Amino acid sequence: MNRINQKLQENKKLISIYFTAGYPEIDDTVTIIQNLEKSGADIIEIGLPFSDPLADGPTIQASSTQALKNGMTTELLFRQLESIRKTVNIPLIIMGYFNPIMQYGVEAFCKKCREIGIDGLIIPDLPIDVYEEQYQTLFESNNLSNIFLITPQTSTERIHYIDAMSTSFIYMVSSASTTGAQSGFGNEQKYYFKRISEMKLNSPLIVGFGISNHETFTQATEYANGVIVGSAFINHIKKNGIDNFKKFIVNILNK
Amino acid sequence: MKDLKMSYHVNKKGYYGEFGGAYIPEMLYPNVEELRLNYQKIMEEPDFKSEFQQLLKNYVGRPSPLYFAKRLSEKYQAKIYLKREDLNHTGAHKINNTIGQILMAKRLGKTRIIAETGAGQHGVATATVCALMDIQCIVYMGEIDIKRQAPNVARMKMLGAEVRPATSGSKTLKDATNEAIRDWINNPSDTHYIIGSVVGPHPYPDMVAQFQSVISEEIQWQLQEQEGTNKPNYVIACVGGGSNAAGAYYHFLDDESVNLIAVEAAGLGIKSGKSAATSALGNEGIIHGSKTLLMQTKDGQITEPYSISAGLDYPGVGPMHAHLFQTKRAEFIAISDDEAMNAGLELCKMEGIIPAIESSHAFAVLKKKPFKPDDIIVINLSGRGDKDLETYINHFNL
Repeated sequence: MNRINQKLQENKKLISIYFTAGYPEIDDTVTIIQNLEKSGADIIEIGLPFSDPLADGPTIQASSTQALKNGMTTELLFRQLESIRKTVNIPLIIMGYFNPIMQYGVEAFCKKCREIGIDGLIIPDLPIDVYEEQYQTLFESNNLSNIFLITPQTSTERIHYIDAMSTSFIYMVSSASTTGAQSGFGNEQKYYFKRISEMKLNSPLIVGFGISNHETFTQATEYANGVIVGSAFINHIKKNGIDNFKKFIVNILNK
Repeated sequence: MKDLKMSYHVNKKGYYGEFGGAYIPEMLYPNVEELRLNYQKIMEEPDFKSEFQQLLKNYVGRPSPLYFAKRLSEKYQAKIYLKREDLNHTGAHKINNTIGQILMAKRLGKTRIIAETGAGQHGVATATVCALMDIQCIVYMGEIDIKRQAPNVARMKMLGAEVRPATSGSKTLKDATNEAIRDWINNPSDTHYIIGSVVGPHPYPDMVAQFQSVISEEIQWQLQEQEGTNKPNYVIACVGGGSNAAGAYYHFLDDESVNLIAVEAAGLGIKSGKSAATSALGNEGIIHGSKTLLMQTKDGQITEPYSISAGLDYPGVGPMHAHLFQTKRAEFIAISDDEAMNAGLELCKMEGIIPAIESSHAFAVLKKKPFKPDDIIVINLSGRGDKDLETYINHFNL
């Protein structure tokens, strides 16, 4: 069983943190991962920056632009992560758009992930049917979970298809939006969380997009197994640096 | 509009050969799927067809003339015809597509329109049809393009559209497209996105090509009237995203006796680092939801193209054209800024027509490629040059 699934079996609400590799500084990747593990994060999503991140709001766009300016590339990221498993045991997911992965070579990319000890991938613009047809075997043979998104607009039938294709958790997008911090969820979102949780899917649900504080954490985890925090974390490191994330994580979990 | 199943057309899964598809985040899936399931059915409804054709006739001014260019024909020793899309309302072929898509949006029950624009031509064509149909219109335009194209920004505002600057990335067309897609993610139920070219996720490339196919449909019967044949030997069109070329080729795609020539912008030269010649410089990848040829770094970051013509300044090309290139069905020729500008000026002096700089690229092929005296050549004159006066003035010190 890979590290994500082990983590999902723990009897607690999980917090997964996203950061953009190469931001704020090109060589921060390893330090951020180590400090996140020490500070109590449960899962880490390493963002592979892309020039045209369609699904992202202004915060992650800006961090991606800066990371690319700093010189981040797929090869460099893999070099930085080469010995990461000597120091951390936390589940690691790479989140990136499909074009840079295609250019690296999907097969080479998956193999490299396995060598390093990456547990899963989130590729928002790789359609699930293309994945099933062309890449599922490759991902599975490299012990990589591919993590799919659902949104408030995703049909019941499609959610069941996504559930059946998922091998770890489903990334539940909180609202019809690009990524970005929100201060609170409305009734519509709460109803959506409840509706999905009542579907009794096989896959655990982790809510992302709009999680920024204890209130949104509590609202989401009433129905889901955990949250993903991205933009709020990027904003945090922009202001406070990368040395210690304990207070940031505690504030979301416990207030 | 769509006849026979033809090999260079889109297949059932939304691909042209290996290009096309819908590489979109899940947030866009319901919108794109709704369109995919309905577009062909709606386009074939008799009342849709009749409303579309009425508007093309009475509002756009179609059919656009197929004009025999006598002096050019003498000079280049071939029978050269110009398809006068420049005479359409709003000055280019773009309106064929926006009329079609606004009617589509109405039938899908959408009440809000978004669009991207580079130079502003598609933005103006979209704002125009939104005014006509009294639908809210928001046009995304790169911050840099807003500064470069002030008259078109003013036009869109006069037509009642809101112009929103795209401030991310390189602040030009590709970023305006990103912003429009993000808007659609944030407004999934009431909004239709009118894409301006044969790009984007399936079914956009096919839908836009079908709306533009009125161009080749007219070429067929107009040529029949004037030459006694409905087949030219060559169809020449410029390609940025590729919508005017797709429209001019459409009915000839599977008739290989008709040679297709796609003209890309070489900018300052293919190897200069300042170019938009996607077929020469690009390789396979994903841009704006479509698998196609695009200009990118080795690492898969999309690069910023350059052309003197804002309408050809796009780092990708539609999947139909990527397929035409790969199969060699179309011949791709790259034309530099200087060659295009000179060809544009020649058309002014010899035929009394000031072309858009995009279209000027197509005319520059006449100097590059030898033709036979009997060859019937149709050049798609996709737009008029009013919008480009300042560029012409600066280039020729007029």
